[in-house]
Amino acid sequence: MPRTPAAVVSAVLVTLMVVLAIIGPPIWGETAEKIDAGAILQGASAAHPLGTDNLGRDLLARVLVAGRYSLALALAATLIGAVIGIVLGALPSVLPRRGARLVTGTVNALVAFPGLLLAMFTAVVSGMGARGAVLGIGVAIAPSFARLTQTLAASVAGADYVLAARMLGVPRRRVLGRHVLPNIAEPLILNLAQALGGALLGLAGMSFLGLGVQPPDFDWGRLLFDGFARIYVTPEVAIGPAVAVALAGIGFNLLGDTLAKRAARTAVPARKEELAAPEPSGAPDPRAVLEVRDLTVTFPGGVTPVRHLSLTVRPGEIVGIVGESGSGKSLTAAAIGGLVPYPGTVTHAALRLDGREVAELSQKELGTSLAMVFQDPMASLNPALRVGGQLAEVAIVHQGATRAEAARRAVDRLGHVHLPEPAKQAKRHPHELSGGMRQRAVIAMGLMGTPKLIIADEPTTALDVTVQRQILKLLREVVDESGAAALFISHDIAVVGELCDRVVVMYAGRVVEELPVSALAKGAAHPYTKALVDSLPDMETDRSLPLASIPGTQPAPALVGAGCAFAGRCALATDRCSTSLPPVTEYGIAHTVACWEVS
Amino acid sequence: MLRHLVRFIVSLGVLLVASFAMIHLIPGDPVRASLGPAAPIELVQARTAALGLDRPLLEQFTTYVANLFSGNMGVSFLTGEPVGQVILTRLPNTLGLALLATVVAMLAAVPIGMWAAIRTENGRNRGTEATFTSVTGTAVAVPEFLYAIGLVTVFAIGLGLFPPAGKSGPASYVLPILALAIGPIAMISRISRVETLRELGTDYVRLARAKRLPAARLYLRHVLPNTLTATLTIGGLLLTALIAGSVLVEYVFAWPGLGLKIVESITQKDYPVAQGVILVYGAIVLVVNFAVDLILGKLDPTSSIKES
Repeated sequence: MPRTPAAVVSAVLVTLMVVLAIIGPPIWGETAEKIDAGAILQGASAAHPLGTDNLGRDLLARVLVAGRYSLALALAATLIGAVIGIVLGALPSVLPRRGARLVTGTVNALVAFPGLLLAMFTAVVSGMGARGAVLGIGVAIAPSFARLTQTLAASVAGADYVLAARMLGVPRRRVLGRHVLPNIAEPLILNLAQALGGALLGLAGMSFLGLGVQPPDFDWGRLLFDGFARIYVTPEVAIGPAVAVALAGIGFNLLGDTLAKRAARTAVPARKEELAAPEPSGAPDPRAVLEVRDLTVTFPGGVTPVRHLSLTVRPGEIVGIVGESGSGKSLTAAAIGGLVPYPGTVTHAALRLDGREVAELSQKELGTSLAMVFQDPMASLNPALRVGGQLAEVAIVHQGATRAEAARRAVDRLGHVHLPEPAKQAKRHPHELSGGMRQRAVIAMGLMGTPKLIIADEPTTALDVTVQRQILKLLREVVDESGAAALFISHDIAVVGELCDRVVVMYAGRVVEELPVSALAKGAAHPYTKALVDSLPDMETDRSLPLASIPGTQPAPALVGAGCAFAGRCALATDRCSTSLPPVTEYGIAHTVACWEVS
Repeated sequence: MLRHLVRFIVSLGVLLVASFAMIHLIPGDPVRASLGPAAPIELVQARTAALGLDRPLLEQFTTYVANLFSGNMGVSFLTGEPVGQVILTRLPNTLGLALLATVVAMLAAVPIGMWAAIRTENGRNRGTEATFTSVTGTAVAVPEFLYAIGLVTVFAIGLGLFPPAGKSGPASYVLPILALAIGPIAMISRISRVETLRELGTDYVRLARAKRLPAARLYLRHVLPNTLTATLTIGGLLLTALIAGSVLVEYVFAWPGLGLKIVESITQKDYPVAQGVILVYGAIVLVVNFAVDLILGKLDPTSSIKES
């Protein structure tokens, strides 16, 4: 259990409450009832730190003694609420459909109904006093328990073991008792702590209004009721019960929080490593739209999912980055776009867009010259805003366009990406568009400025195959027309081979080979690239044989050793491969490879 | 939309039956209980007849509903005042307090929550996060009547800055509103923080960042609207809790609203008044919930689809 201050405070407070409930009455019980006619209605004094009541009884002792009764009443109310609630919540899973719906509807209506009003209702019906208040607060707690039980039961009801039990013809009541309830017991018990706190405060409220505990009994709420009547004369007499109620409320509430969080929290390594920034390297390459030198992305704990990556993209060129999941290709894209999430840090010798360091570019220049397209078009448009507005704001913010101009331009761009009826689509919300249409809209958004570089991170992965083709065609078209370059990230080497001019193959955070797409099919040098190409089925693949695959798995970023990361899966690997890192070497025209065995 | 309306109407019906049944569920004779054991039998009988409690149940119910629609909710046992009159004079005071407190809570909590989220995004500034959660966790756990008592003691009785009780001019609103709003501020700012954090992690915010939008535009236009759905839902539910909380706060500040009346009427066994006030309170809660549902449908264009 994490030792957060809240956890410690709640543990101390709740323990204190329980101890007080046990030892309070035996120790201070007599003092609390001792009537002293000579000391009635006193304020604070040395003999009575919190003053005395109308019979001269010591208020501090009464507060200490009242803990047991307050806690006991709260416990009773919570149990009543829990039992009613759990029964109500479990009913829908055993009742026939119509009955289940009725119960669910009732519970939903009651959950939204304030507990105190329910409690007052029962107080009227059953008469003022502790019994009415406990019953009322119990009934008031029940709906939230019922809702929780229902939600939990519904989540378990879909589990395989429950379905299996149903299939085997186990009666529903038995399924509920044997499979459902035991599996949802834990969260329900966790909820008890919070409910107990709520009940305690609710009862204190009722007693404070004079509707709960009646003399000669007393709980904290009743003591507060008495104290409040004298607040103008001796305000200190209200302090004791008020503090007691507040501490109890805080204790139980924080306990509930802590218990709920305990399961969810995972330890985060706090180790932080300072990485020396690489020396800035040389003059900018005048023919490059994007020039990346020695890019490394580091996460706390020294994990480097992308290491010493260099990359050049020339105007009008589409460069593909391929690699399996976890090879660092998406993070490379994020690093170039300046979007690596905290706590990741990016270092590089050079990261230049159109000959200038990205860090020196203004937001405006970046916003118009760099366009990004992400994997899931369902997620990359803001659901609350109209499509046209999301496009138009680029022009408004970065190009100083008026709203009308920007809207016109947005419609024009939407038409440009072959969205049918662009004016109509612009007025729609994203959820009214299909996946392919949305991806077109995202691409159009990139075209609002004058993009020099389009970074497309798996832009077709979430789309079906026919739509995929259209989007690929559109990307090609956009690049040809605008003269922008594109960085196309994909795990699909077939798509990359079709769309791109040049291919960069990544493995475990490094570039292992860079080659023209024409060389991909026959001229790949690196064993990993070859294996990737071989794993693609074509028309001549013998379909009676299993598809070719690469044995083994890619090592996680934290587990990459000193040598070539692919060595463990490579048929050509020698001892040297696993101990020292192969340098990137020239292999042919515009072709580099990092492998000891081929160079 | 239609579903919400049906749910609303059915709930209203249930509330009507419950408030009618209340007087009949009281064990023994409510009139006798109210007038006390010393009251002469003739008076009890006359009062019972006047209330129609000697007629068949169904007839009583139809009369009750019919009277309600003509604004007749009976008269107080104690003062003879029409209950409808009592409610009409007091309702604005309660609603004013609750609405102002809700507005204050929302205006304070949403920016606080967003600020905390932006500061603690992806686990940075762990100190801020710990402070934020423990302060709000503590603030939520203290009931409003304790805030009310504390505020009265310090700012009214101690410092004399605000009137301690009653409704007299704008200054008298300050303490009751504060007492009502502190808990909701803590609660809503927590939700607003969680919602904002979730939004900050979405692809469309990533894309909006890639568009290099200025911070204000990014947070206000792209993040805020999407956090409001959940925040408003809870805010709306909180408003109903706040209406209930106003009972206690009104009691502390002797605020001439429905809350104080309900306490008085229950203590004095003035059943017609208690019945009427509970009915009105319940109806307010239902109306608020209904309104929240409707606003949500408008605000989040996908929620209506999700529901069906």
